[in-house]
Formats: sequence, C-alpha cells, structure tokens
Amino acid sequence: MPWVLVLPAVLGLAFLVLPLAGLLIRAPWSTLGTRLGEPQVLEALRLSLVTSTLATALCLVLGVPLAWVLARTGFPGRGLVRALVTVPLVLPPVVGGVALLLVLGRRGIVGRWLESAFGVSLPFTTAGVVLAEAFVAMPFLVISVEGALRGADPRYEEAAATLGASRWTIFRRVTLPMVAPGIAAGAILCWARALGEFGATITFAGNFPGRTQTMPLAVYLALETDPEAAIVLSLVLLTVSVVILAALRDRWVSTP
Amino acid sequence: MVRHLTAVLAAITLALGAAGCGDTGGDDPADRTLTVFAAASLTETFTELGKTFEKAHPGVRVRFSFGGSSTLAQQIVQGAPVDVFAAASPATMRPVSDERLTADAPRTFARNRLVIAVPPGDPAKIRTLRDLAGRELKVVLCAPQVPCGAAAEKALDVAGVKVTPVSQEQDVKAVLTKVRLGEADAGLVYRTDVRAAGGQVEGVEFPESAEAINDYPIAALAKAPQPGLAGEFVDLVLSAQGRAVLTRAGFESA
Repeated sequence: MPWVLVLPAVLGLAFLVLPLAGLLIRAPWSTLGTRLGEPQVLEALRLSLVTSTLATALCLVLGVPLAWVLARTGFPGRGLVRALVTVPLVLPPVVGGVALLLVLGRRGIVGRWLESAFGVSLPFTTAGVVLAEAFVAMPFLVISVEGALRGADPRYEEAAATLGASRWTIFRRVTLPMVAPGIAAGAILCWARALGEFGATITFAGNFPGRTQTMPLAVYLALETDPEAAIVLSLVLLTVSVVILAALRDRWVSTP
Repeated sequence: MVRHLTAVLAAITLALGAAGCGDTGGDDPADRTLTVFAAASLTETFTELGKTFEKAHPGVRVRFSFGGSSTLAQQIVQGAPVDVFAAASPATMRPVSDERLTADAPRTFARNRLVIAVPPGDPAKIRTLRDLAGRELKVVLCAPQVPCGAAAEKALDVAGVKVTPVSQEQDVKAVLTKVRLGEADAGLVYRTDVRAAGGQVEGVEFPESAEAINDYPIAALAKAPQPGLAGEFVDLVLSAQGRAVLTRAGFESA
C-alpha cells in the first residue's frame, strides 16, 4: 500500500473518530444506567427515531422522482434546478428554519392558507419536526439517487421502451430495481442527517418534550446545565445510529 | 438565530484576534485587544460601552463574544483567552468563580425583569400573567435550563398560574423571534429585549416580575491576557456612565 495514501487516510480516520473517543472518555459511566432510564431520554429518542424515519419516507416519495427528472429528462435551466436542490446543504439550518416559518408559519404565504382552509398549523408540532428534517435531509437523497441514475446503463430502459413498455412501467420495473442500492444509500444518508438535525427543527418546530424535543435538542439544552447528561444523550444517539446504519448498510447496500 | 451566527463570527474573529496578539506579543501598548464575553442580552449596551472604551483608550480594540451565558462560561472554563465575563445570572457565573478563574469576586452591575412580549397592538388582549393560562393561546417560554426560563418559572409560580407553552426555546432571543414573526401570541422575555426590538413587539409589565429579577454579575478574569484593561472595563460598566447606558436600554441599576 502506498504510504502517500495510507498516511492521510489514517489521519482522516483519527480526525473523525477522536472526538467520539473524547465523549467516551468523559462519559459518566457510573451513573449511566440511571440516566438512561429517565423517561425524558426515552421520549426524546423515540421522537427522534419516528420523525427521522417519517422524514426519510417523505424524502423518498418526493426526492426519487425529483432525481429522476434531473437525471433522465432534458429541460432548460436544469443546471439551475440542480443547484437549487442543494440549497439546504449550504444554508445554515437555523436560516432554513426561519425560511420555513416565513412560508409555512401562521403568517406565512402557504401557512396562512393552510390554517384558514384546513385549520392546520405546522409550527410547534411533530409534523413540523418532520418537515424541518426533510427540508435539510432531502438533498442527500436526491444527489445520491441522481448519481445512481446517471451511472445506470440507459440501454436497459431503451430496450424496454422498444418492447412497448410505457415510461411509468419502465421506471417501476427497470429503473427502480437497477438503482435500488443507490436509493438505499441515499435513504440511509438522509435518515442519518435527519436524526442529527438541530437548527431547522428548533427554529421551525420549537422545543417541547414529547412533541418536538428530539435528541439533538435535548442534548443542546442539557449542555446548558448538565454537560454530563449531554454526553450521555449524545452517546445514546450515536450508539443507536451506528447500530442501525451498520445493520442496514450490510443488508441493503451491496458493495461490488 | 442571528445570535448564533454572530456567535460563530465572534468566535472566528476571536481566534484571528488571538493569533494576531501572539504575533505582537500582546504587550505592545500601541495595539492591544480586550476580549469580553457577555450574555446575549447585553449585545446592544456592551457594544456601545465598547466604543466608549476604545475612544478613551487609543490603540485598544474591544472584541465581544455574545452568547448564552452558560455556553460562554463553559468556554472560559475550557481555557478560552478572555479578559472580562459578564453573565445574565449568578448561576451561570458560578462555574467560572468556582474554578477560581475570576480576578475578584463577581459584582452585580444590572438587573433585568421579565415582561410579556406580545405582537404590536396586543391582539389577544393580554394584561396580566393570568391571561396566559387556560386559553387557546400559543405561549412560548425559555427552557427552564436557561436563565430566562428559570425566571419565567419562578414568576409563574409566584402568580400561581399554570401555563403550558407550545415551545421551550433555547434562549430569550428565540422567544422574541417567535413573537415577532407572529408564530406565538405571547412570550416571556426581558424588558431590555422588548426595548431592543423597537416597535416589532410590545411589552406588558406584570407585578410578579419583581419576584424573579435576574442579577447580572461581571468579573475580570484571573488569567486575563490584558489584566489592566480588564479592570478598567469592569470599572466603566460599574461607573455612572455605564449605568446610564444600561438604564436607557431598560436595565435596572444594581
């Protein structure tokens, strides 16, 4: 193995893993058990898992078709649309949260109409958490699915078309199965990003235990008064996500 | 949320400033930088006092990092090179003084009391704390972990009012933002926040706020890179001139 690659690789890994080691070293192991059993912790963890899963589902429903449009159709301004898709990646999440408030809030352009027509108000609700997480996480899904679509051989789709299949049938029976690993990888990235989401969530959905207080929010507030509790909460979040990610990756994403 | 951005910017400028200091050795009287960590609610007043200080001390630059008091306290305990720390409550100053990191005992320089922030014109007709309870109102409070939340809890306790907020925000400016954007019908914030927001929110005073007044302590730090200037800045804040600036912003003098 060439050391010019191995050395930076080892440094890179250390850079990513050492902060985690820092958490492990400072964790209050003796009181870990009692802290983990606290109902607020379980409540925040449950809410985090539910909302990030729902956010991922929402991203799949909207993001896969968006990726398909970007990869398979030619229309003027496609480059601009692709750039716009990545806006939530660049935007500081708190700013994303304010932007969501300005659109979907009580006085927002869409939110005002939602409230008067359906009596639906999104800020300060669990649905609001899902939306905030989906907003921030969707680009991860769209970018990986679009990459997978571009890497897939279009001749299979063309062959299906010559045999008389409609575009929807081709998408369902040929395209989707072909890019399934890419979709799974994108969904996993998207889920992980949603799980860690903080800024947009606290800005758009606020913070209330059991309703909108996800794990990252609980960590942030614990840090104000009780840094040890914050470390415990972070470890819980990390453990759960690492276990789930490791399990899913092996099952869904076959590495060639 | 703007506060978070400014905090990040402040951290960056601070790092750059610290690096610059290292180059000149920090002893050059012609170019000295005083670093002040202060609670977010002091943003407007301390910025003004910093300019006054710079005018009185040619060649001295005052750099501020405004943020949540407990976050700032933790940064100081972890070794941030800071000259002066001004916190929004004695509880958030305590980690610093407990570690014997203050040069002298912290001194109270201002007091702040809560008011009910409502949108202009008070559409929900809120006159007292009791009006916040039992109605279809969206009320936001600070989380009990931060000073403004602890004060709100105390005031509501004294009034015997039970309020179920739609959200417990991470700091007082976030509460203000929710009211300002019209997402919340009312929120408990400091009187100084309402005044700083101009006409975008109105403040409703309530008598129980007298039971939950926040004392603001200030201290020069033991490991201050500029110990002389640090003491002089604390003196300025405690002086008649400093108090005048604070009173104008809505603080009560200590």
